[in-house]
Amino acid sequence: MSEPVLRAEGVSKSFAGVRVLDDVSIEVCAREVVGVVGENGAGKSTLLKMLAGLCRPDCGRIVLRGKTITLGRISDAAAAGIGMVCQEQSLLPNLSVAENILLGHEDAALRVGVFYDWDALHALAKAQLERLGLGILPSVQTDTLSFAERQMVEMAKVLAIEERTQQEPVILLDEVTSMLDADQTETVLTQVESLRNRASIIFVSHRLDEVLRLCDRIYIMRDGRCAAQRNRGCADIADLQQLMLGRDRVGEYGNRAAPESTMEASVSLSVRALSRANSYQSVSFELRAGEVLGIAGARRSGHESLCRTLFGAEKPDSGEIVLDGKSVSFAEPADAVRLGIGYVPAERSAEGIVDRLSVRKNMTLAHLDGLRRGPVIDLRRERELVMRWIERLHIKLRAADAPAYHLSGGNQQKLVLAKWLIARTPKILILDHPLRGIDAGTRVEITSLIHDLAQRGVSIVLIADTLDELIALSDRIIVMREGAVCGSFPALSSGKPSVRQILEVMV
Amino acid sequence: MEPQHGQGVLKSTKFHRWGPCVALIVLCVGFTLAGPRFASMENLRVIAEHSAIPLILAVGMTFVVLQGAIDLSIEGVMAVSSLTVAMLVLNSRTGLDLGLTGVLLALLSGVAIGFVNGIVVARLRVPSFMATLGIWSAASGFAMLLSGGQPPRIHDHMLRAFGLGRTFSVPNVVIVAIVVLALGYVLQNYTRFGRYSMAIGGGEQVARLSGLPVDRYKVLAFVFSGLLAALGGVLGSAQIGLGHIDVGLGQMFATVTAVVIGGTSLSGGRGGVIQSALGTVILAVIADGMIFIGITPELQKAVQGVIILSVSLLATWHLRSRLRITR
Repeated sequence: MSEPVLRAEGVSKSFAGVRVLDDVSIEVCAREVVGVVGENGAGKSTLLKMLAGLCRPDCGRIVLRGKTITLGRISDAAAAGIGMVCQEQSLLPNLSVAENILLGHEDAALRVGVFYDWDALHALAKAQLERLGLGILPSVQTDTLSFAERQMVEMAKVLAIEERTQQEPVILLDEVTSMLDADQTETVLTQVESLRNRASIIFVSHRLDEVLRLCDRIYIMRDGRCAAQRNRGCADIADLQQLMLGRDRVGEYGNRAAPESTMEASVSLSVRALSRANSYQSVSFELRAGEVLGIAGARRSGHESLCRTLFGAEKPDSGEIVLDGKSVSFAEPADAVRLGIGYVPAERSAEGIVDRLSVRKNMTLAHLDGLRRGPVIDLRRERELVMRWIERLHIKLRAADAPAYHLSGGNQQKLVLAKWLIARTPKILILDHPLRGIDAGTRVEITSLIHDLAQRGVSIVLIADTLDELIALSDRIIVMREGAVCGSFPALSSGKPSVRQILEVMV
Repeated sequence: MEPQHGQGVLKSTKFHRWGPCVALIVLCVGFTLAGPRFASMENLRVIAEHSAIPLILAVGMTFVVLQGAIDLSIEGVMAVSSLTVAMLVLNSRTGLDLGLTGVLLALLSGVAIGFVNGIVVARLRVPSFMATLGIWSAASGFAMLLSGGQPPRIHDHMLRAFGLGRTFSVPNVVIVAIVVLALGYVLQNYTRFGRYSMAIGGGEQVARLSGLPVDRYKVLAFVFSGLLAALGGVLGSAQIGLGHIDVGLGQMFATVTAVVIGGTSLSGGRGGVIQSALGTVILAVIADGMIFIGITPELQKAVQGVIILSVSLLATWHLRSRLRITR
């Protein structure tokens, strides 16, 4: 094998006394795709950030093309030909696609070094987009693009490094597919495959099938260390999982105990001919106590909008929502919360947690009313309650008073769930992609939590990333297409529908 | 892949640009119906003249607001530049007669104060609201010291003639304002200063991580705002013929109102100088129109407030959504 392009040698990093990376060495060769897998908190993101110049190693060194380099800032990394695409997107929504791609490097498109030559700028950006085979117009404002398109633009932005350094770049991809649905993921993966002949790539993902498909070599990280290394063809999913967890794994989605009895349970929510212009039309269904109802649908089939309506965030144009036999209408989400409806949003960091508030304050945010003693909040009771739930859901954290952005993705999701569970059990819980971007271990924990809640009579409305996930978690599945319910499947553990059956109705 | 339109809660639409325009047309039509002489050439010239200095101030403020900051010091800057110019050109106080050099030095005083604003905000990391509030007070105090008991009278004929004169029957101040607006438009759309200001307002962290010299452009925005505030002060002084600490009285509130009514978001990243110009003209039309339809002076302030609220509501109506964040 050729000389490695980029190499981390025995790097370590501690944050506030906690060792996040411990003597890790990895390398990537020219035109090689290297995978890094591990549970949340195994140190993958920190390692990537280090290679991208976002943080410095406490000890160890980083070697680029045989020379030891110090990456003080992200611009140093960019100058060295290293670019990173993150899970959270870093495009400016209010600028055009072209400006985002060339941000900070507009010199080539300036007249007399001062005035923007928009045509030249668009042409430069267009060239980058075309190399990825994208038909996105460089002049459109970035916030009019879909999430997947923005992810592509981000990739084009990173690849522009190549032009500036006149070298094949090293591209770091940190969970770029975790927020995407199946089609979008496929597009991104195809792009990564096509980059193989012009870049070195380090690919981090929770989806092991993607890693196995793309990568020539895979590093498995556990507890801040590099636990193992596998070559292509010498590993399968089970193998990787065991290495990541350091133990044998429980069944993927846990086992749900006899939910059959829900058929006799009372109806807790019924939706009658609910319509909202441009989103969904005449949707009706019933949800029983303790039932998990999965809603399947392609993008923009209306299921996401429907969920937001059930939580009071969007207003239906007509139709009726009946909760425990009473017709209700929500002026705002607070009304839905008051009636016992909880919502776990898909965009956890934007909609689920207030990232600067402490874990404790986030958790009690929706139920401060229940913690009142007279006009003030009973802080002692709050603290006890929070500690109990941290323990109960195994939330890994430094301190309950640390800001919530310190938590890893899976732990943030647990925090959002805890928010709806602490004071009183909700009647209805709406879960919008609850397992998105979450590692296998936490997945199992959250899955069993969902089943446990259903067992205790909570009705659950669920949207999932994949149909497998939806089928495994639900008791019943309704399928939406172009805003209308077009199919319904019982999905009790005694007889699950297949992915194919659902797909046939869905598209 | 075809570009699709996002479903984001904060979707920007074409209407965003046209909301203030519609409001302006509605106001003009309304006032004309109430008093036809509103649309007369003479009255339109009065409106243009009244909009000129506020427009100059608003163009400077726009870049600061685009970056997500605010400049509350402009009244202080105007006071300092007013006294500086009055005491450097031929005047009743100092015996100096520097002419154009005096004017340039007065503009430089605005640049200096803007620079201090910028350093305090960008380098010392004091939030712009507090920083510029402090500088406003300090600058006003300094201007008061310069002023003493008797405001200096300006005797420079060139300056006074320019402030009050017309070229081809267009008031000179209006021409200056149009030039400033054009300059602002070019800066905003064709230079890094303008585009990076948008970037900083859209996401300062991203801008930093992309390697932009964010602090430098923040200082630059305050310097530009200071320069234009000083220009406003000089023109105002030329018109009244005095170096006066109150030359900019009420302008800070009016400028911020104009910028926001026009559609430039106080949280940064959206809007621009054309929008601010529209906002300025809307305010001038309201003030002028009220006189036309005979609203008594005692009522004017209250009516102005109601109209500003209505215009703001009209301009942001399309953005309403339950989860939209307003501050």
